[in-house]
Amino acid sequence: MGMTMSQKILAKHAGLDEVREGQLIRAKLDMVLANDITGPVAINEFNKAGFGGVFDKCRISLVMDHFAPNKDIKAAAQCKQCREFAGKYDIVNFYDAGDMGVEHALLPEKGLIAPGELCIGADSHTCTYGALGAFSTGVGSTDMAAGMATGEAWFKVPAAIRFNLHGKLKPYVTGKDVILHIIGMIGVDGALYKSMEFGGEGLASLTVEDRLCMANMAIEAGAKNGIFEVDRQTIDYVKERTDRDFEVFKADGDALYSQVIDIDLDLIQQTVSFPHLPENARTEKDWGEVKIDQAVIGSCTNGRISDMRQAASVLKGKKVAKGVRCIVIPATQKIYLQCIREGLAEIFINAGCVFSTPTCGPCLGGHMGILAAGERAVSTTNRNFVGRMGHVDSEVYLASPYVAAASAIAGKIAGYKG
Amino acid sequence: MNAHGLVHKYGDNVDTDVIIPARYLNTADHKELAAHCMEDIDKEFVNNVKQGDIMVGEANFGCGSSREHAPIAIKESGIACVIAATFARIFYRNAINIGLPILECPEAAKEIKAGDEVEVDFDTGKITDITSGKTFTAEPFPEFIKDIIDKGGLLNSIKAGK
Repeated sequence: MGMTMSQKILAKHAGLDEVREGQLIRAKLDMVLANDITGPVAINEFNKAGFGGVFDKCRISLVMDHFAPNKDIKAAAQCKQCREFAGKYDIVNFYDAGDMGVEHALLPEKGLIAPGELCIGADSHTCTYGALGAFSTGVGSTDMAAGMATGEAWFKVPAAIRFNLHGKLKPYVTGKDVILHIIGMIGVDGALYKSMEFGGEGLASLTVEDRLCMANMAIEAGAKNGIFEVDRQTIDYVKERTDRDFEVFKADGDALYSQVIDIDLDLIQQTVSFPHLPENARTEKDWGEVKIDQAVIGSCTNGRISDMRQAASVLKGKKVAKGVRCIVIPATQKIYLQCIREGLAEIFINAGCVFSTPTCGPCLGGHMGILAAGERAVSTTNRNFVGRMGHVDSEVYLASPYVAAASAIAGKIAGYKG
Repeated sequence: MNAHGLVHKYGDNVDTDVIIPARYLNTADHKELAAHCMEDIDKEFVNNVKQGDIMVGEANFGCGSSREHAPIAIKESGIACVIAATFARIFYRNAINIGLPILECPEAAKEIKAGDEVEVDFDTGKITDITSGKTFTAEPFPEFIKDIIDKGGLLNSIKAGK
C-alpha cells in the first residue's frame, strides 16, 4: 500500500523506506521553533537536563512575538531569558523586537521552510508550513528542548484525510472561508491525530497565502498537520526566499486515506465561526444581527500582505463605525513596510484604525486589544475559545479580512460583496 | 503505581485556554500557573482540588494551544491522573513528556461523575469508580511511550539512552 505525502516525508527523515499508520518513529528535524512563551519552559528543561549544546545553531528559531514588544515586567523577563540563551548558543535565527514578526508568517517569509522538510515548533500553529509541502507540527516545550539538543523528535505516523479541491473561489471568498467551512464540516476533533492533505485541480486557484492560512488552522480540526501538494506557485514562492536544495514529495497513487472529502471551491461562501469553537461556522444567512465592539485584522492566520490589501480595499475612503475599535496588525516588519509603501497604512489610519507593529498580541488575549466583559470582537485570528481575547464573558467571531473590515465599518458582523 | 482520589469532571473540548488562560503565561513558574488552573471554567477548582485527585474530561481534552503550561498547571495543582474519552494530540505528548499520567477511556469518561471516588491502576489500565462500583479498562500505552514514562519523562529517557 502506498504512502501519503506526510508519511513519505516522515519516512525519509527517519531513514526508512516505508512507514505505516500508527508506527512510532524517531526522525531528524530540519527546523525547531519556539516563541517567548514556550521558549522559557523549553530553556528551563534544556538546562535542567544538562545538555551541553544545541544540535545546530542554524536550525533553531526563537521568535519574540507573543507578549512582545514586552507587555509587562514578567514578559520582559521571558524575552530576556530567550535572548540570553540565543546569545549563549549563538542561535542564528533569533528574532527580537525590530526584526521579529509573528512566527508563522516570519519563517516562510525568511525562507526558513522549504518543501519536504520536517519542522517542529513549540506553538500549535506550527502546522502552517504544510502550505509549502513541508511536514510541520506543533509540540510542547519539552519536545522543543529535546529537539534543540538532539535534532530529533519522536512521532506516531498519522493517518490522513484527503481533501480534493475542485473549481475556483468566488470573488471576496478566501482561504479563511474555506478552512472555516471545512472545520464546520468535520468538527474541532474531526482530524484528531491525522494529517489533512490538500490537493486537486482546485489548488491552482488558491494563492500560497491562502494555503498558509488554511494549513495554519489544521490544528483547529485537531489535525497533527495540514499539508498541500507542491505546485509551480509553491516552488516560485520558496525559490524567491532561499537558494538551498529541497525535495518535493508526492502522495502515492495508491495511498490509503481514512477519508476522502471533495470540496467544491465555487460553492464556498463568506463564513464566520461563532463563539466558542471554530467549528461553529455559519454563512451570511445565519449570522443575524451581531453588534461588535472590536475588529482585529492580523495574526499568523491572516496578517500577510494579501490580507492587508484585502482589508484596505474594504476600508479605503470609509470610516470605522463609531464605538468600534479596529486593530490592524501586519504580521512582519517586511509586511509593515509594504503597507506603508503601498499606501495601506494611510488607508487604515484615515479610516480610524489602530495600525500596530507586529505582535500576536490580542489573538491570545495578551495585549494590544483585550476585551472587557460583554464585549464582542470579529477577528481574523484562529481561536474563539472562552476568554481567548480577554474577559471570560467576551466573545470572538472568526472571519476573513474582507468580513472583518466590512464589519468594522458596519459596526456589526457584515459580509462584503465589493 | 496507583492514583486514588476524588473526581473533578468536565465536558468535551476542554481547551488549553481554559486550563491556563494566556494572560498568566508571562511566567513559567509551576506554582503560579497552578494557582490559576481551570479558572475560566471552574473558579472553585483551585480551592477544592486535593493532592491525588483525578480529573475527568470527555472528547478532545486539551485542544488548542501547545502550551506545556497546561499539563504543568494540572500536575502542579495536585491532580494525579487525567482520564478522557480522547485527548488532543499536543496535550497528549506534553503530558507524557512531563510525566503527567493520562488515560484514554471513553466509557470511564462518560460514566464517572463529579465527586466520585476513583482508583486507577496504571500498570493494568484498570479504573475503578468506588462510588458507583463500576470498573473500566483503559488502552495501555505502547511500549515506546511506556518507556518514556518509566524513565521519568522525555528528557530523562534521552539522557538514559546515551
